Amino acid sequence: MSIIEVNHLTKYYGKTKGIEDVSFNVDEGEIFGFIGPNGAGKSTTIRLFCSLIYPTGGSAKIFGKDVVKDGPEIRQEIGYLPSEVFYYDRMKVTDLLKYSASFYNKDCTQRLHELADLMELDLKRRIDDLSYGNKKKVGIVQGLLHQPKLLLLDETTSGLDPLMQQKFFNLIREENKQGATVFFSSHILGEVQKMCNRVAIIKEGNVIKIEDIKTLQKDNYKKISIAATELEETRFHVEGVTNMQKNNGAISFFFKGDINVITRLISERQVSDVTIEEPSLEEIFMHYYE
Amino acid sequence: MNIFMHEFKMSIRSVITWSIALFCLIFVFMSMFNAFASDAELLNEMMSQFPEELLMAFGMTNIDMATVLGFYSLIFTFIQICIAIQAANYGFSLVSVEERDMTADFLLAKPVGRTKILTMKGLSAITGLTLTNLIVWASSFVFINVYRDGRPYEIKTLLLLLLSIVMFQFVFMTVGLLISLLVRRIRNVTPYSMGLAFGTYVLNAFGGMLGEEKLELITPFKHFDPNYIINNASFDFPMMFISLSFIIVSIIASYVLYTRRNIPSAV
Repeated sequence: MSIIEVNHLTKYYGKTKGIEDVSFNVDEGEIFGFIGPNGAGKSTTIRLFCSLIYPTGGSAKIFGKDVVKDGPEIRQEIGYLPSEVFYYDRMKVTDLLKYSASFYNKDCTQRLHELADLMELDLKRRIDDLSYGNKKKVGIVQGLLHQPKLLLLDETTSGLDPLMQQKFFNLIREENKQGATVFFSSHILGEVQKMCNRVAIIKEGNVIKIEDIKTLQKDNYKKISIAATELEETRFHVEGVTNMQKNNGAISFFFKGDINVITRLISERQVSDVTIEEPSLEEIFMHYYE
Repeated sequence: MNIFMHEFKMSIRSVITWSIALFCLIFVFMSMFNAFASDAELLNEMMSQFPEELLMAFGMTNIDMATVLGFYSLIFTFIQICIAIQAANYGFSLVSVEERDMTADFLLAKPVGRTKILTMKGLSAITGLTLTNLIVWASSFVFINVYRDGRPYEIKTLLLLLLSIVMFQFVFMTVGLLISLLVRRIRNVTPYSMGLAFGTYVLNAFGGMLGEEKLELITPFKHFDPNYIINNASFDFPMMFISLSFIIVSIIASYVLYTRRNIPSAV
């Protein structure tokens, strides 16, 4: 069953494009990555899911219901963790979390305390006394305390120290095991690579690729580096070769296609070193963004 | 109900501050009444020396400062200005503060509709304004009776004056709310509310001075002119309906705009 169905979703801010004609599905139990650089439309998409903004075209359904028409009902089961957290400064952490919990039709007290302990959050302090990282923790706890079925993470990890990031990822994995679907937006590919099953790559408001993360890494591209004293680049100008680079006599490039073509080309020459490896997600990503 | 309580807690300090300020205003002015009234002839003579334009600007024409309500109407003008600033303040900040402080993302991502949010916020602001209003009523009655020194006054007229505050507050709050929804983002509420309150006040004052009656039609200070109410012991109903129509239009337009509003993001 699809938890999120996005159909030709479009958002313009006046004449400025937010996103255009975005379509994808996220299945139940998935951790779905949404990657792209700043300003590509990641936040716009998530803000559309939460009805913070309204679409100019197309539609989005969550739990099979339209986000514009059934917003409040859908949001009972959504946990939204925004990229920048801002809360009522004069409130105490505990009051804010209780206020947050009061919107849901269930008792969240126990989960609230579990999460606060786990994230090492001091409930008695005032919001405006908290550091940036601690405010982020408040954001995480308020987004998770009602045990939502869908988590919308909008670059949530920025500003957390590595230890807390680790805890946070474990927490998200745990929620996922309990049945929560996760929509994970980020521009840090390493964390997407670690967490997600599938990814959508968004560029300038358009989704340019949706793929299984393993497929994206394995089946497509190989990164090949060859070191040799006398080797002309033109030799490897065959179909499927991209990103040709030459430095200090070594040649490296991406290759997509029948690997035998390349090994044959290599074996006919005297070379000192060859490596064939899977490119990192970063490299694939850069490839899409050229 | 949770939103209402939250909003009310956030605004209680401001409500108390305004209430104390108005209490002090009424107390200080009324305490001077006796001194003024005992030299009434002298005072009225002095007033007649002032240029008429000045008196018009302060709404002091056709007023007998020696009477209780004549004197009170002068105070009432200042009360109106304070009330207007406070109500406009609450109206302008009702939803704009959450957007300025970026807390709107928190609230609107909760499972609650925009209509309910606006209603709860509105009710909370009205409660705050009503509390201030009650303080104005109480301190007016108390200090008039303490300092009038046996001079008579029409209690019905005083009630009418005080009653006018309710709608007066509504106009400034709802119009403020509507304006706040027409602009993309309000960084600071104070210039807006001061502008609206003093702007409409000056429009009334100068309208009177210049004889520009058309300008007066749009200012609530004219719709609820204390001199009119005292001299006629009645509201100026046609004028009051202009204010009423402002309120109705502002409320409807605010709901329409807010439920369709795109909340600006932090970055």
